[in-house]
Amino acid sequence: MEYGIAELEVKARLLRRDVIEMTSEANSGHPGGSLSSADLMAALYFKVMRHDPCDPQWEGRDRFILSKGHAAPVLYAALAESGYFPRAELLTLRNIGTRLQGHPVRGKLPGVEMSTGSLGQGLSMACGMALAAKMDGKAHRVFCLLGDGELQSGQNWEAAMFARHHGLSNLTAFVDRNRLQINGDTEKNLSLDPLPDKWHAFGWNVIIINGHDMAQIVGACEKASKSQKNPTVIIMKTVKGKGVSFMENNPEFHGKVCKPDELCCAIDELGRPPCDE
Amino acid sequence: MTNEELAQRDYYGKALADLASDARIVVLDADLAESTKTSEFRKVAPERFIEAGIAEQDMIGVAAGLAASGKIAFASTFAVFGSGRCWEQIRLAVAYPRLNVKIVTTHSGISVGEDGASHQALEDIAIMRALPNMTVISPADAHEAYAATKAIAAYDGPVYMRLGRAKFRTILPEDAEFTIGKARVMREGKDVTLIGTGQMVSLCLRAAEDLAGDGIDAEVLNMSTIKPLDTLAIYESLSKTGCAVTAEEHSVIGGLGSAVSEFLSQELPSPVIRVGTLDTFGESGAPAALMEKYGLTAEKIKESAVRAIQMKNVRAPPKKAVARKKKKEVEQ
Repeated sequence: MEYGIAELEVKARLLRRDVIEMTSEANSGHPGGSLSSADLMAALYFKVMRHDPCDPQWEGRDRFILSKGHAAPVLYAALAESGYFPRAELLTLRNIGTRLQGHPVRGKLPGVEMSTGSLGQGLSMACGMALAAKMDGKAHRVFCLLGDGELQSGQNWEAAMFARHHGLSNLTAFVDRNRLQINGDTEKNLSLDPLPDKWHAFGWNVIIINGHDMAQIVGACEKASKSQKNPTVIIMKTVKGKGVSFMENNPEFHGKVCKPDELCCAIDELGRPPCDE
Repeated sequence: MTNEELAQRDYYGKALADLASDARIVVLDADLAESTKTSEFRKVAPERFIEAGIAEQDMIGVAAGLAASGKIAFASTFAVFGSGRCWEQIRLAVAYPRLNVKIVTTHSGISVGEDGASHQALEDIAIMRALPNMTVISPADAHEAYAATKAIAAYDGPVYMRLGRAKFRTILPEDAEFTIGKARVMREGKDVTLIGTGQMVSLCLRAAEDLAGDGIDAEVLNMSTIKPLDTLAIYESLSKTGCAVTAEEHSVIGGLGSAVSEFLSQELPSPVIRVGTLDTFGESGAPAALMEKYGLTAEKIKESAVRAIQMKNVRAPPKKAVARKKKKEVEQ
């Protein structure tokens, strides 16, 4: 089915609710950075990407790599909502024996393309996949979600050089620019700004959007898909913990989950999506 | 033909060029193609040769992405960089998802020579062996390097293979076969087992000849696959000889000697003397001079064999020996 902007917004809300519920049930995990990228994940899995949950190995599928692997809950939520596995399994997150490991693992769960979790590596993997597609004359695209804090890691910039050098126009990277990492403000830790200038200097197309505006997300992805020569980075200005008032911009919720009373408030705020009522 | 002086990396390059007809094979290098000899592949299949630049961490991630897309990815650089600089990238992107990436490094060991310690990998077997899903190979000569390159291309999974820079004596025929995980008995004997890897196998053979002159009958195993270790071959040989010397152009910590000792201590407790570098960095110098200075010689293997044989006759250390050892340590 073809989703409109309003339906995608509903999906994003559903993903956020899943994230809150599964991390609370697991009593561990990283809700903050999952919430800040929920709108993008809804756009990718329900609109932008060509993929088939019934055939996860379909060769023509677009690839998605979650470089910020700690946002696994929102990836799992998007996969479950897409139909890769039953939604009930979401509540097994981080339990012993689960397919929903604390950070994504290739080969464990259908739809997970790569093992990630150690920051700074996803863009290189995405480059390899994009290069393979170019070598084989395949039309599928590769998407990679980066955290902003992880851009402090030098390997990203090795990969940025590589992608431009090899003309990987089939590669789109997203930066979840929520400006917070575990230790607080990225700019006080090890500053990333001027971030767009850095990507420009590495020869990428740069698009800056409000990462919580669904129309802007979809529009930017469409624009990126038209690139003939260079890879594209979409810098998404986001709010860590977006969607739950007391979690927003609160670095504590990077790796801390809602307590039972907070869980009720969070679910109240996110509301029950109309499709569930 | 054996007894020729040949460089393993030349035969790696040759094997890659011969494998180029397989369109799944891609080769990455980090600005060292002329040295690692991946340049031979670049000559015949430039469209499948990927220059990663001096960016080994990215090279491994890219190789993983290519392998995840159905390619057989060879990634080459010097052993120090290909194992150490990108160890955690190999762990996450290659070993953990068990992707079909072959990390083939050259310039391993102290025989790198004049470049000095920064370029002499003496720890790579240890750190690669510690990774689950990883196969670790160190061929004995150029001919085996050729055969091993073909064997790892046919194997589906992660491999680390270390090769040398310098030319060294070939001990296997040009058409030698190679099976991953199978040791080769190079010489049969009953008094002591000399287990070598890489160019040290050749020195084990020399040591065995010298020992024969002294009436000691040494068996020599070529342990070119360090992981998975051919424990059956070790068990069979040690059941007969009762003691072993291991020899590697690598630290005695964590390499072949450790692997053999780990196995024997649990399955067939036996004296094992490890020949290798003794928890030290190397230095600049001519390869032969360095091998001599750091105790990587046939003579050292021979002395170790004599000691190992003496040790197997001592079942438990007598009280006097313990006292002597204590006194020695206090003096040091």
